[in-house]
Amino acid sequence: MSAKGQTGPQRQGGQPAESATTRLSRLLTMVPWLLNRQGVEIEEAAREFDVTPAQIETDLALLFLCGTPGGYHGDLIEAEWESGRVYLGNADTINRPLRLGVDEALALIVGLRALAAVPGIGERDAVVRALAKLEAATGSASAGSSRIQVLIDEGTGNQTLALAQEALAARRRVHLRYLVPGRDETTERDVDPMRVINFDAHWYLEGWCHRAEDVRLFRLDRIEDLAILDGDGTPPATAQPRDLDSGVFTPQAQDQIVRLVLGPGAVWVSDYYPTESIERTQDGGAIIALRTPDTAWLRRLMWRLGSAAEVLEPAELALQVQQGARAALEAYAGSAGSNPASG
Amino acid sequence: MAPHVRPGGPVASTPMSAKSNPADKTERLLNLVICLLYTRKPLSKAKIRDAVPQYGTSASDEAFDRMFERDKDELRDLGIPLVTEPFDVFFDDEPGYRIDRREYALPEISFAPDELAVLGLASRAWTQASLAGPAAQALRKLEAAGVERDDSSLIGIVPRVRTVEPSFGAVKDAVLQHTPVAFTYRTAGTGEVATRHVQPWAIASWHGHWYLTAFDTDRNAPRVFRLGRIEGEVTIEGKPSSYEVPADHQPTAMISTVAVDRDPRPAALRVRVGAGHSLRRQADTLVAVDDDWSRIVLDFTDTEAFAEEVAGFGPDVVVESPADLRESVIRRLTGALGHPRLTAEASR
Repeated sequence: MSAKGQTGPQRQGGQPAESATTRLSRLLTMVPWLLNRQGVEIEEAAREFDVTPAQIETDLALLFLCGTPGGYHGDLIEAEWESGRVYLGNADTINRPLRLGVDEALALIVGLRALAAVPGIGERDAVVRALAKLEAATGSASAGSSRIQVLIDEGTGNQTLALAQEALAARRRVHLRYLVPGRDETTERDVDPMRVINFDAHWYLEGWCHRAEDVRLFRLDRIEDLAILDGDGTPPATAQPRDLDSGVFTPQAQDQIVRLVLGPGAVWVSDYYPTESIERTQDGGAIIALRTPDTAWLRRLMWRLGSAAEVLEPAELALQVQQGARAALEAYAGSAGSNPASG
Repeated sequence: MAPHVRPGGPVASTPMSAKSNPADKTERLLNLVICLLYTRKPLSKAKIRDAVPQYGTSASDEAFDRMFERDKDELRDLGIPLVTEPFDVFFDDEPGYRIDRREYALPEISFAPDELAVLGLASRAWTQASLAGPAAQALRKLEAAGVERDDSSLIGIVPRVRTVEPSFGAVKDAVLQHTPVAFTYRTAGTGEVATRHVQPWAIASWHGHWYLTAFDTDRNAPRVFRLGRIEGEVTIEGKPSSYEVPADHQPTAMISTVAVDRDPRPAALRVRVGAGHSLRRQADTLVAVDDDWSRIVLDFTDTEAFAEEVAGFGPDVVVESPADLRESVIRRLTGALGHPRLTAEASR
């Protein structure tokens, strides 16, 4: 859920109530899945269907009351789960999953086509085979899928990408010279690679950083140099990949709150950075609040945005923005424009 | 089969009122699906009312009719092929209903474990919102047959696509169904806001943003829109299939043409020693001015975009030439000094 969702309507208990049709759709998929996995643990089914184990039990209790017309024992679905393992029977009429819907077929086909273009995906052959089978099986449901496209930057000729993949496959530690643009600073660090991610059109190396002693994401185009070391690069067992659903920035509760006024020309900022709150203003701009441990990048952002944005708080940041801008303008006042050839 | 426990006798239907809760409704819909898949001949409404216990308690014929009509629509919305056929060739005045099992069921496709692994990757590429749910559901259907995927062949390469634009779902549906739409659009740069009427052709994620290609019926010409600049609701302005998409339409070619840059020009910048790393990397020439400053020359194409990048370095980078770039950076820095207008807007 994006931060923007917080301003939307909320049901009691924070979870929107599930509609009858959403639940029906899950049940119709769950029955064939369980029939082919007799004795599967409730927990595993819950993980697969992304619901709680209690929800799986409630679903089974409902299945237990359904069946072919008549309403007698022999007509009803058999379900047993008291042991913590699920056994299902007498559900022949719904023992096959429903065909893929338009959005379902679309999500997989568009995803596979994008994948086919990713460099170093060792399984390009599997992608092509899976795509062919899927297109044949979905028929008209996949008809419009060519008009929904995802282009992943192929990174052709990207030496850093090739090296990162090589290190990952060989489980070797790497040494990075990495530019932190928010602080305009080059850093040196050793990293144990965990995965290579393409996210919002950028390639990232995610890994255990020995300098930060934490998991970090490194944008490949900001790696000035990557050297594969001889040492083993297995990350510590405690290293967990980041949840990317809220973006690559993960704000922490203890981070400082910053409030900005954005003019209409700077509203895009609210799409790029995770915000705590967004309030639209009458002129088409917005007032946003966000959390960050480090305000150096915000100073730079404010200089870039010029008159299109302003810091409301903290006052210290507002002052730094003004002081930096004044110092820069003084440098311009002291230097007339010159011809590059004369330098 | 393990033994199971159930209360004896025919199972009483759960107590029903016309206003059923979601659990009762799920039970009713599931029994309806099973009943219509089970029958070989189309069933009349009266037979369905007898066969699905949850209908039996409907307060009146009218209440049952309304409930059944709504249920039919909702099953069709889920993609369940519920068909209406004359159930008796001699009395064709009353229709019967059934679900064609061959049309209902996902065809038997056997995926190899490595194929399921890449399908899993494709499914997980959709983060949050709109398509993540359908992607996960689709994968479960394909895996229902019992084959386990083999993720070992994937060496940690994870593509992720975001659909954070609120308009994504509505625009995607319009593209798939060829439905004309209208929306409020904020033009880049000028920030001008206007209502646009379009026939959507395609959408594409390009360099991290979703774009719509469409025929703009007011301007009578094809146009490219960035989904992130659509404000508020997308309204439907016609019937599905009411226009044709040109057969040779290439969405990404059109988007990249619009976004194309002008010819590069050289810029001369003074950069403080120890700063401006990303600019130094792009420099064609770099000479030391004194202990504190270097002078670099590098090419740029889009003046405003490059001015923005340079302004971000604040007092660490000074533009010497060209003049338009210099002016644009000065304008931004002057703007950053403080703006009573914005603050006044905020305090209203």
